[in-house]
Amino acid sequence: MVSGDVFFQRDSAMHQPSLSKSMTTGESGLALVFAVTAFLCVIASAKALDAPFAFHAALSAAASLTAVFCIINRYFDRPAELPPAEINGRPNYNMGPIKFSSFMAMFWGIAGFLVGLIIASQLAWPALNFDLPWTSFGRLRPLHTSAVIFAFGGNVLIATSFYVVQKTCRVRLAGDLAPWFVVVGYNFFILIAGTGYLLGVTQSKEYAEPEWYADIWLTIVWVTYLLVFLGTIIKRKEPHIFVANWFYLAFIVTIAVLHLGNNPALPVSVFGSKSYVAWGGIQDAMFQWWYGHNAVGFFLTAGFLAIMYYFIPKRAERPIYSYRLSIIHFWALIFLYIWAGPHHLHYTALPDWTQTLGMTFSIMLWMPSWGGMINGLMTLSGAWDKLRTDPVLRMLVVSVAFYGMSTFEGPMMSIKVVNSLSHYTDWTIGHVHSGALGWVGFVSFGALYCLVPWAWNRKGLYSLKLVNWHFWIATLGIVLYISAMWVSGILQGLMWRAYTSLGFLEYSFIETVEAMHPFYIIRAAGGGLFLIGALIMAFNLWMTVRVGEQEIQIPVALQPAE
Amino acid sequence: MSFWIRHQAFEKNSIILIVGILLVIAIGGLVEITPLFYLKSTIEAVDGVRPYTPLELAGRNVYVREGCYLCHSQMIRPLRDEVERYGHFSLAAESMFDHPFQWGSKRTGPDLARVGAKYSDDWHVTHLTNPRAIVPQSVMPGYPFLSATEVDPDTIADHMRTLKTVGVPYTDDQIANAGADLKAQADPDNAGTDAFGKRYAKAVVRNFDGKTGTPTEMDALIAYLQMLGTLVDFKIYNEKANLR
Repeated sequence: MVSGDVFFQRDSAMHQPSLSKSMTTGESGLALVFAVTAFLCVIASAKALDAPFAFHAALSAAASLTAVFCIINRYFDRPAELPPAEINGRPNYNMGPIKFSSFMAMFWGIAGFLVGLIIASQLAWPALNFDLPWTSFGRLRPLHTSAVIFAFGGNVLIATSFYVVQKTCRVRLAGDLAPWFVVVGYNFFILIAGTGYLLGVTQSKEYAEPEWYADIWLTIVWVTYLLVFLGTIIKRKEPHIFVANWFYLAFIVTIAVLHLGNNPALPVSVFGSKSYVAWGGIQDAMFQWWYGHNAVGFFLTAGFLAIMYYFIPKRAERPIYSYRLSIIHFWALIFLYIWAGPHHLHYTALPDWTQTLGMTFSIMLWMPSWGGMINGLMTLSGAWDKLRTDPVLRMLVVSVAFYGMSTFEGPMMSIKVVNSLSHYTDWTIGHVHSGALGWVGFVSFGALYCLVPWAWNRKGLYSLKLVNWHFWIATLGIVLYISAMWVSGILQGLMWRAYTSLGFLEYSFIETVEAMHPFYIIRAAGGGLFLIGALIMAFNLWMTVRVGEQEIQIPVALQPAE
Repeated sequence: MSFWIRHQAFEKNSIILIVGILLVIAIGGLVEITPLFYLKSTIEAVDGVRPYTPLELAGRNVYVREGCYLCHSQMIRPLRDEVERYGHFSLAAESMFDHPFQWGSKRTGPDLARVGAKYSDDWHVTHLTNPRAIVPQSVMPGYPFLSATEVDPDTIADHMRTLKTVGVPYTDDQIANAGADLKAQADPDNAGTDAFGKRYAKAVVRNFDGKTGTPTEMDALIAYLQMLGTLVDFKIYNEKANLR
């Protein structure tokens, strides 16, 4: 683990004994809230009806006590005055929570990729399930998806959004403890969710598996996140809200709406982990995929488009290609995305009109998606030569290319006829991963390669050569992964519907499973390469922080952002 | 004033921007979801569909806990090959008591919407314990630990009460006898089987895992699997009744 000083660089010269030092309302209030929470959690742990709930309550009690200790400890360590909003007329940016989130992103990324590799291998060699409850595919798969989407992706989004909103508003992040509450609280949610899956705590809604108490905790953290982000925008020094912040805001607000809409559940007991979702059957299916597809649309797309709109112009040192295109991109994307959910339910018991509506909007969605892609790619106008020399920029640009590819593939797969073949097969898994590894993965890697030197105040990365290695190894991994899944998905889809000349189904189900074996091995190999790339990245970032040269701050007159 | 100038209202005021976002994202969801609570085809009951018995419910909770839905769908589409492979396409009513639904999104293994009564209990016990003992090419994990874990008959009534609150029509009689019914369904010699049979139409009473004593999770899961898709009698099902 990292020692605290990586995140908290305290200036000991500022420690001056002061008589007027007192706790802020935030400090004393939050310490009190956590003390009460710790007490309640101890009771809950003692009265728990099932072992996982007792474990989670105990974990929460311990975390609450740690929080109380940290708040008090921080109070005694800090000078009487809270950190100033400005130093010498320049914003005093708050980098601590950003550093923490960046570190956690890399940690969860590697964990998530590793679990992905394990479950990919389980499908090729089922003996790897070990016939134990906590190592079987059904419990590890949600661990993989949550670790990569919400833990890795979520931390990248929180870290970059806190950075971008400060820089583009030219003010210090709103709140003193609140940003820390967001980053630590969010990661605690991940911990509860992840350990819960292994212990069999799940409400079985894909990408919304955490049980009721984790959902409540996430709601509290998420609302705080919105308040911190919004508070920073409100006190901005720029007349305009920068484009990236629109996308971040849409992501934060919509995820809150989706989370609340999809997750209302009634616990069997307040001392037990099991709950039943308020929605049932077809209504639940529609809520689920309204949520599920827009977790893709707003978490994995809008949020990461915000990254694209800040980091690509910044890294390429070019302005965004078209400001007007970004306006159209923004509104069209968020309006159309929300309709696309029913394409996950083609040919099911969902009414036809809903399916057709979902399909129609999914196809329309192709346009704003490619509009956004064009806006990102064309930002490189006049700077294309940098792709040769800067592997970080190359990673960012290739991520946008993957975005374009999967946002073409998605609308195509949402067409009912295509979907009748692709649905339930690995084609879907391949599609998801061309978006997840290619777009979300690469844009996150690119952003972290930029962000870590900026946040830790380093001149540059430890090694660009290693970035180059990461880029090529990971790209090869993605190509192996998605091409294996295309072949296996289409092959299995065709085998399921193959008829003999006498009009009988040609293949038994298990024959189609057997045919998948070679592709599952290739897929695992691709995932392994992607993981190796991430390990190289982690080493590179670690060395950047540890031995990188300090950047000397030169005050410059800042241009107002658009 | 041009559109681009007007748009500055959103660019310069975060509250207007948030309200704009909320309005824009609300439309699609409202149009697609709200009617599903009113349309005849999505809320009408079909003869034969009933809430799960206590043992089936316990089995369903095992199914959810182990993440079976990640590899098995429970939704047969009205396509020729699926209807021939799995049976009649799934009706909305058949999952109306599922909180949450288990339609799934991937078929690493076959669809299970009508797996009920397709295989013997013995087949299921062997297959769940070690899938490759029956199907050598299978990639399914083994679940030998299910036989070793007993189901708690005392808490199942609380589960049914919770489900009743969210809309599953359990009767007071069913909830009051939940624990006894749970034991009775896995024990054909039990004195309570007749009363149980009256409370749950078409419920099968068998010793699913072949072992005596308190029902295990293996009993529960197999009881659940064996009832899947068996409730609606398609010989008398009127396809036209649910058309709009």
